[in-house]
Amino acid sequence: MTDIPEGKDETLGDVLRQRGISRRSFLKFCATTASMMALPPSMIPTIAHALERAKKPSVIWLSFQECTGCTESLTRAHSVTIENLIFDSISLDYHHTLQAASGHAAEEARMAAMEENYGKYLLVVDGSIPLGNPGYSTIAGISNYDMLMETAKGAAAIISVGTCAAYGGIPHAKPNPTGAVSVGEIIKDKPIINVPGCPPIPVVITGVLTHFLTFGTIPELDHIGRPKVFYGQSIHDRCYRRTFYDKGQFAETFDDEGARKGWCLYKLGCKGPTTYNACATTKWNNGTSFPIESGHPCLGCSEPEFWDGGGFYKALSMPTEDISKTVIYTAAGAVAAGVAIGAIQKGRKNSAVASHSKTTIDDLEK
Amino acid sequence: MNEIDFLNWVRGPGFQIAVIIFVAGIIIRLVEILMLGRKPNLAEAKGSAMRSGLRTIFSRSIPEKSTFKRSTFVIVTGFIFHIGLLITIFFFTPHILLFKDVSGLSWPALPTPIVDAVTVVTIIALFLVLAHRMSNTVLRFLTNYEDILVWLVTILPLITGYFAFHRVGATAPTLLALHILSVELLLVLFPFTKLMHAFTIVLARWYNGAISGYRGVQS
Ligand code: SF4
Repeated sequence: MTDIPEGKDETLGDVLRQRGISRRSFLKFCATTASMMALPPSMIPTIAHALERAKKPSVIWLSFQECTGCTESLTRAHSVTIENLIFDSISLDYHHTLQAASGHAAEEARMAAMEENYGKYLLVVDGSIPLGNPGYSTIAGISNYDMLMETAKGAAAIISVGTCAAYGGIPHAKPNPTGAVSVGEIIKDKPIINVPGCPPIPVVITGVLTHFLTFGTIPELDHIGRPKVFYGQSIHDRCYRRTFYDKGQFAETFDDEGARKGWCLYKLGCKGPTTYNACATTKWNNGTSFPIESGHPCLGCSEPEFWDGGGFYKALSMPTEDISKTVIYTAAGAVAAGVAIGAIQKGRKNSAVASHSKTTIDDLEK
Repeated sequence: MNEIDFLNWVRGPGFQIAVIIFVAGIIIRLVEILMLGRKPNLAEAKGSAMRSGLRTIFSRSIPEKSTFKRSTFVIVTGFIFHIGLLITIFFFTPHILLFKDVSGLSWPALPTPIVDAVTVVTIIALFLVLAHRMSNTVLRFLTNYEDILVWLVTILPLITGYFAFHRVGATAPTLLALHILSVELLLVLFPFTKLMHAFTIVLARWYNGAISGYRGVQS
């Protein structure tokens, strides 16, 4: 980070060696990364070579309407690993939560980094941008919108970290009081990689960085801008409780027989069937487990609008509105309307009967 | 609108609109029919209209021997897809959760693989019914657009449901949303098409049975 100023020209390999990372564990990291990114083993030397020689890229990290959970996820997830070191070896030139400087000094650092690396730096954003009123969220007196527009101009690519930056997230939830939008809704002329999750899995964040460092390109994205390698499969399709779902064995409450036996959490509101993320394979806390493994249904946090799905504990097949009330009110109104319409029909019937006149043979012959 | 937006809409306002049209349409039509009433029968009753009416509601579900012989195919496929619909709609866990959410009532589900198999059988039966209708000259002559529309909105939830469960063809949220949307289409058209028979059949059979019962003859 900013505490190694002399390191601007060092390569990533230098940094790793300085930190005492053996060649063996470095290659192991490359192998894991390759498999995580669904690359053939033949690519391992390429990754190793590219990473070793990669110049520390300048990264500017902007935090807007967010909770700092994304940064926490990345920096506090687990003990020192190579992923962390990869992260440490980038030149994080601006991150107002992590950097020592504040106020104008911090802004100067951002300006300097932008100028020095114009067109080459990587912009990471967490948090959504309020369009309702610029005063809703400012940094050093600069509105989020202005800061994003200014900083995005010279960026090589943008990584939207977390569901807020990627899709608006919680600030965007109904009724969206600040008029929050995602980065992608404002910036249209830069490559944007969405790394959603509330927060995203740290390994996924470093995986995307590694990809960028290795190939200098952005990974293949899905239809909503997420790297396919990490978001290509749904939680449900990789869930170890899936056999119970297929058999129709469900936990009804959090502590019943089914819950203890590890049955499927669909009835408890699991959004795994409609959520694409790597939790079920990559897992959390150094590969310890993921929410479903600890007995809690998936919230669907890596999907847009996950906050407006009618409640975390409502099963996916349940309506999000109160339909019983709808039925009662509609039925009451319909009975009244039915009686009124019926009365009109009856009146028409009666008047038809009353105005009925007999037709005789003579009439027809006229 | 992204796919989760779409899903949230069909689970929320979309479903609400469909339910309002469905419930209001059905109640208004039933009240209307009941209010029109029937002419008082001035003849002396020779038997119980009520008992015969109630019995006929059920007895007409058992086909008469000669009728069965004449139209075995239609009756068998008809039974299969009606029972199939009953099972797939009312005995699949996610559906029971929906009914429970709306009515507070819940009942045991059938094992998912069984519902899955029944879905396939029902879809096949519905295709056979259509093929028969189209290949029979008289039936084809009698077929109008409404018949095809009703067939389509009946089979769509089965097909979309099958794909949503097996998760093939599109992303999972899209598949699920399409399934729910197809059900909403069915609900909206229900009161205004011959699908209404699911409710009027009770009235029609009762009247038939009651008339015969009043006259003291078998219905
Ligand atoms: S727990 Fe959730 S993700 Fe796992 S099988 Fe059940 S519904 Fe699918």
